[in-house]
Amino acid sequence: MKVRAQFAFVFNLDKCIGCHTCSVTCKNVWTNRKGVEYAWFNNVESKPGIGYPKQWENQEIWRGGWELKNGKLQLKSGSKLDRLLNIFANPDMPEIDDYYEPFTFDYAHLQNAPLSEAAPTARPVSQITGEKMEKITWGPNWEDDLAGEFEKRAKDRNMHNLEKEIYKQFENTFHMYLPRICNHCINPACVASCPSGSLYKREEDGIVLVDQDKCRGWRMCISSCPYKKVFYNWESGKAEKCIGCYPRVESGMPTVCSESCVGRIRYNGIMLYDADKIEALASVPNEQDLYQAQLDIFLDPNDPKVIEQARIDGVPDDWMEAARKSPIYKMAVDWKIAFPMHPEFRTLPMVWYVPPLSPVQSHIDQGALSSDPGSVIPPVENLRMPVKYLANLLTAGKEAPIVSALKRMIAMRAYQRSVHVEGTPDTRALEEIGMSVDMALEMYRYLAIANYEDRFVIPTGHQEITLEDFYGHQGQNGFTFGNDSSPGISPNSLFPERRKETVEPRDPAPAADER
Amino acid sequence: MDLHHLVFGVYPYIALATFVLGSWIRFDHEQYTWKSDSSQLLSKQNMRFASNVFHIGMLGIFFGHLVGLLTPHAVFLALGISDIAHQGIAIAAGGVFGLMVIVGGTMLWLRRLFNPRVRAASRWMDINILGWLVMTALVGFSTIFWSVGHAQHGDASVMIRLAEWVQSIVILQPNPELLRGVDTVFKIHIFFGLSVFLFFPFTRLVHIWSAPVGYLFRAYQIVRAKRTA
Repeated sequence: MKVRAQFAFVFNLDKCIGCHTCSVTCKNVWTNRKGVEYAWFNNVESKPGIGYPKQWENQEIWRGGWELKNGKLQLKSGSKLDRLLNIFANPDMPEIDDYYEPFTFDYAHLQNAPLSEAAPTARPVSQITGEKMEKITWGPNWEDDLAGEFEKRAKDRNMHNLEKEIYKQFENTFHMYLPRICNHCINPACVASCPSGSLYKREEDGIVLVDQDKCRGWRMCISSCPYKKVFYNWESGKAEKCIGCYPRVESGMPTVCSESCVGRIRYNGIMLYDADKIEALASVPNEQDLYQAQLDIFLDPNDPKVIEQARIDGVPDDWMEAARKSPIYKMAVDWKIAFPMHPEFRTLPMVWYVPPLSPVQSHIDQGALSSDPGSVIPPVENLRMPVKYLANLLTAGKEAPIVSALKRMIAMRAYQRSVHVEGTPDTRALEEIGMSVDMALEMYRYLAIANYEDRFVIPTGHQEITLEDFYGHQGQNGFTFGNDSSPGISPNSLFPERRKETVEPRDPAPAADER
Repeated sequence: MDLHHLVFGVYPYIALATFVLGSWIRFDHEQYTWKSDSSQLLSKQNMRFASNVFHIGMLGIFFGHLVGLLTPHAVFLALGISDIAHQGIAIAAGGVFGLMVIVGGTMLWLRRLFNPRVRAASRWMDINILGWLVMTALVGFSTIFWSVGHAQHGDASVMIRLAEWVQSIVILQPNPELLRGVDTVFKIHIFFGLSVFLFFPFTRLVHIWSAPVGYLFRAYQIVRAKRTA
C-alpha cells in the first residue's frame, strides 16, 4: 500500500443551472491571454450535444485515453514508438475549428461610424488573424440549451445505443448541463503521452500540471487527453491546462470555479488512494467494472492501517483529518451518489458527478410519473432523463449504480418534502430502499443546504515541507528573482545564480511537549 | 586574408561558436522559448504529408552529411567503399532526401506565407529560417549535376577535398585552400549551410536538441514531489 492524497471534486449536476459563472471566472483569471482565447479550462456543455471541442467524447476520432492491448494498458493512440514516429504531425490533433475560431467584435465602429440611416454594427473580428469574419459558425457553447437541430446533437456519443427517434419528439426531449474541467486523473493519459516529460502529477495533492519551461510543444497531450482538457497555446507554443487553481488550493481556498458557483454545486476535498493499485485497477478487462475499480482504489481515512501507512508516506495529519471530513468521500463512497465521468477512458478521473434528477418533483406532483402500486418511489425508468444516457456518461453504460443513486436522491427529497411541506415525517420512501433517516438528513445538508464549510474541506499546503528554502521565500508574496517555476533542469548554469540556502537553521525547533 | 579565407576559414568558427554558445545560453536562460513552435492547431491541411516528408528528409540530409563528411577517408577505404562508390551513395541519398526537403519544405513555406492563420502566428524568423533551409536544399540539390559530371569522369577528387576541408575545420586546422578551384555551386551551398548553424539558436530549430528519444525508456507516469528531503 502506498497512500497518496488527491485534491478531488464533486459537481452536483442536479443543481447546475448552466449560468456559466464558473467558466467566466476561470476565463478571466487564467485564459484571457493571447494564444488561449479559444481555451476554456472550465466550460459548461448542454447535453445531449457534441460539446467542446466537437465530439470530444468520441475516441474513434481522437484516440484519447487508454485501451487494453493484450491485457496491458496502452495509450489508445499507440505505443511510445508509435507516438514518436508521429511527432512531426500528430494525426489525432484537433484543429482550431474543432474548438472555434476565437473572436471579438469591432466595438469601436459603434462610436466611430459616421452618421447613417442604419444603425452601425460591430462586426466580428478573428482573434488569430485580426481580420473581419463573415460569420461566426461555432463557439464554446454553441449548443446552449439544446440550440440547433436534433440530428446534430444526436451525434452525442452518449446517445449511441439509445432509441434516438423517441427523444426527437418535443415532449420527450431531455436536457442537462455538464460543467467540465480537467479531471486531474489518477492515471492521466496526457502525462503518459508527453514525449518531453513536462506534464506531471504532484505527489502532495495530485494536481496535474504542465512544466511550461520543459514543454517543447510536441502536442501529444492535446490528443491523448480523452476529455480534451489540455490546450495548445498557439502564441507561446506550449501546452496549457487547468491548474486546479493550485495557488488558491495551497492556501486552503477552493478553486475559483468552485468558489464562484452560484448554485453551490461544486465540492472540493481530499481523497486518499492506493498508488500501488493504479495499474491493476485501471486495467480491469470489463469497462463496466471500472467504476467499481475506482471505488476500490480509494482508502478509508478512518482505517488505522491506512493512517499508519499515510504517516510513513508523508501525508500530513491535517490532510488526514481533511480526508475524514471530505465531502467527496461522503458522496462517492458513503452514499454512492457521485460517479466518475467516462470511466471507460481508464484515466481514473477525479472530478465526480452527482447525476441530475430535475425536473422530477413537479413531474411527480402532476402524476406524470406512474409508480408501482404500494411504492412511493416512481420507477426511475419513467424519469425524463433516460438512465441509459446517464449510464453512458458516468458508468460506461452500467445502469444499476445510477438507478440506486437516483432512488436515494428521490427518497431523500420525498422525506424532506414530507417534513417541510406536509409537516409529518414520512419515512416510507427511505424504508423502501433501506436508507436511514440520518443519512437522508446528512444528504440534505450536503446537497440542498450545501454550506461553504461542508462543500470545501481543503487543508493548506505545507510550505515548510515543500519549499527548499522557506525562510528565503518569507515576505516575497510570490514574487521571485528568476525562474522559480523550474529549478534544477540544468544544474550547470552559465550565469550566476542567486544563492538558495539562507543562513537560518533548516531544522525546525522541537515541539514544546518533546522538550 | 581575402574573402575566400574569411568565408571558409573564419566564418565556420563564428557560425559554430554561435551555434554552441547561443544554444547553451538560450537553453540556460530562456527555457520558455525552447519549443518546436508547432502551428498544426491552426491548420492541419496537408501537414501529415508535408511535415513528415520535410522532417524525414532533413534527418536524412543531416546524418548523411555527418557520416559522409566526417568519417576519415581511410575508414571508407578500409570498409571497401571506393571513392567513386562513396560518391554514388552520396548522390543517390542526397538526391532523395534533398528532394524530400525541397518538396516538404516548399509546401510548409507556402503554407506559412499564404495560410492567413499560420501567417498571423508566424514570427519573422519562422518564415526566414524555413525559406533559408529550402534554399540551402535547392542549392545542395543542384550540386548533383556537377557531382554526376565528376562521377562520369571517374573523378571523386572534389568530394574528397570537400570532406577534407570539413575535417580540417573540425580538427581546428582550417585549410580553406582545399576549396580553391572547387565549383562555385559547392561554395554557395557551404555558405548557406554554415549560416544555418549561425541562425540556429535564434530560431525554432533549437527543438532539434530536444528530440525526445528518452520517452521510449521512461515510465508512463511522472510524479513530482515538492518535498525536499
